[in-house]
Amino acid sequence: MSVAATAPGGWRKPPVIKSAALRWAIWIGAVVYLAAAFGTTEVNWSRVWEGLPRGARFISAFLPPDFTTRSSEILEGMLESLWMTVVATAAGIVLAVPVGLGAARNVAPAPVYYLCRAFLAVSRSFQEIILAIFFVKFFGFGPFAGVVTLVVATIGFYGKLLAEDIEDVDPAQAEAVHATGAGWLQWINYGIQPQVMPRMLGLALYRLDINFRESAVVGIVGAGGIGATLDTAFNRYEFDSAAAILLIIIGLVMLMEYSSGFIRRWVQ
Amino acid sequence: MLKIRGLSKRYRTGDLALDNVDLDVAQGEVLALIGPSGAGKSTLIRCINRLVEPTVGTITLNAVEITSLSRSALRRARRKLGMIFQEYALVERLSVMENVLSGRLGYVGFWRSTMRKFPQSDIDNAFRLLARVGLDQLMDKRADELSGGQRQRVGVCRALMQEPDMLLVDEPTASLDPKTSRQIMRLITELCAERGLPAIINIHDVQLARMFASRIVGLRLGTIVYDGPPAELAPDVLTRIYGEEDWTATLTKDTEADDDEADDHRSAARSTQNLDGRQFDRDRMAGLT
Repeated sequence: MSVAATAPGGWRKPPVIKSAALRWAIWIGAVVYLAAAFGTTEVNWSRVWEGLPRGARFISAFLPPDFTTRSSEILEGMLESLWMTVVATAAGIVLAVPVGLGAARNVAPAPVYYLCRAFLAVSRSFQEIILAIFFVKFFGFGPFAGVVTLVVATIGFYGKLLAEDIEDVDPAQAEAVHATGAGWLQWINYGIQPQVMPRMLGLALYRLDINFRESAVVGIVGAGGIGATLDTAFNRYEFDSAAAILLIIIGLVMLMEYSSGFIRRWVQ
Repeated sequence: MLKIRGLSKRYRTGDLALDNVDLDVAQGEVLALIGPSGAGKSTLIRCINRLVEPTVGTITLNAVEITSLSRSALRRARRKLGMIFQEYALVERLSVMENVLSGRLGYVGFWRSTMRKFPQSDIDNAFRLLARVGLDQLMDKRADELSGGQRQRVGVCRALMQEPDMLLVDEPTASLDPKTSRQIMRLITELCAERGLPAIINIHDVQLARMFASRIVGLRLGTIVYDGPPAELAPDVLTRIYGEEDWTATLTKDTEADDDEADDHRSAARSTQNLDGRQFDRDRMAGLT
């Protein structure tokens, strides 16, 4: 009876959480926690107020950016960063391919799979800065520590995505190549590689772009590149030179972004 | 030629896909394997080249016992078993020529195949086969640019490049329109006749099986329930294979078949000659629908 009475009305999407009480409890809990979190954040508003003019002076010290005074150091740092980026990306990808193959369940036997997955998990669990600090301690200051950092990060990134892409290939195409009597390497070359290649080229370009940005960051902890130049500029209070460096980094990243987008569309 | 004895396959899920199958295939015999979905047809032909490992039983091809081969010997045996797939299973981002030449992978070394430097005799052979199926103009097209019927013809060439002793054909017409299905079945049976090749063809379409095969084997729940000539497929046989249904329409002789075939030949010739422009596009659309 009651069903018949409500049926001819409208329709409402059934809620994801069935119990109304639980639904309300979650909402109220979230609001209370947020309010409490904001309430306990200590902000000294008078200090913020006093700091504002100092912040303004700091920002005005960036202007106008000075590209000329330190141009040779900037150029040197930039070239070092580019070199680190290219070397680390190339070496990282070459090393990532076997790891990625080993970490794909449909290609590798179980023991190899678990070993490679573990390696990827470890190399991905540390952020680049942490790795850079570690390698600077290990190899000493300079770009070599930066390159090693970026290589390890690239293996983790590229290996994982390659493995996932291999696991997503169309098994029918791979099976057909298997059925011809192809060897394992031939099977990879004909049955798997064509299926993952466009995405892998795109990811290589994306990683190049990431590595360039990271090369600026790892320099700050002493691992060479434009980051080291930037750090020096800040330490000398040469904010106008620092601004120039930041603008060049932004420009290069944007350039890479556009060109990689273009190339990725082209290889599809 | 091919001798299967006591073949059973139990998957790890516990499903018994094949139950004690005995089957002999003679030289030049084109055998159609029919049966409902899940009867074990695909499993049976995949056991022959061990893409699926049999649980028990022996399979012998030309006095070589395939079921007991080591890995490298199995690779050599697979070269002699050409396989044609449902939905073509071409490597879509490789060209037609590369797909055809991939039939030689079991014969050439890794570097040669990677650098795409196949022996001249293989390339000549690939040209001849592509010309035979009317696709020699399209050899540098990417496989995913072709229509369904064209792709399956490339699949046939790939299998024949292996210089097989036998063809294993898995639902070759599953995604093709009725006319293209007939063309593909005719092509396969003609090529088998030319070369004296035996073939096992899994097929859902009983009429196609009756038209093109010289022998029909019916599989149900992993066991053979019929083995005989196409002419003896009676309604009660089909009921034994597939279950209760009105089979009279399926089994009445298709009187227009001969007219249709002549027409097929003409249009096949036309569509392979005139590959530029609209004809080609229409062909593509036909394969995609």
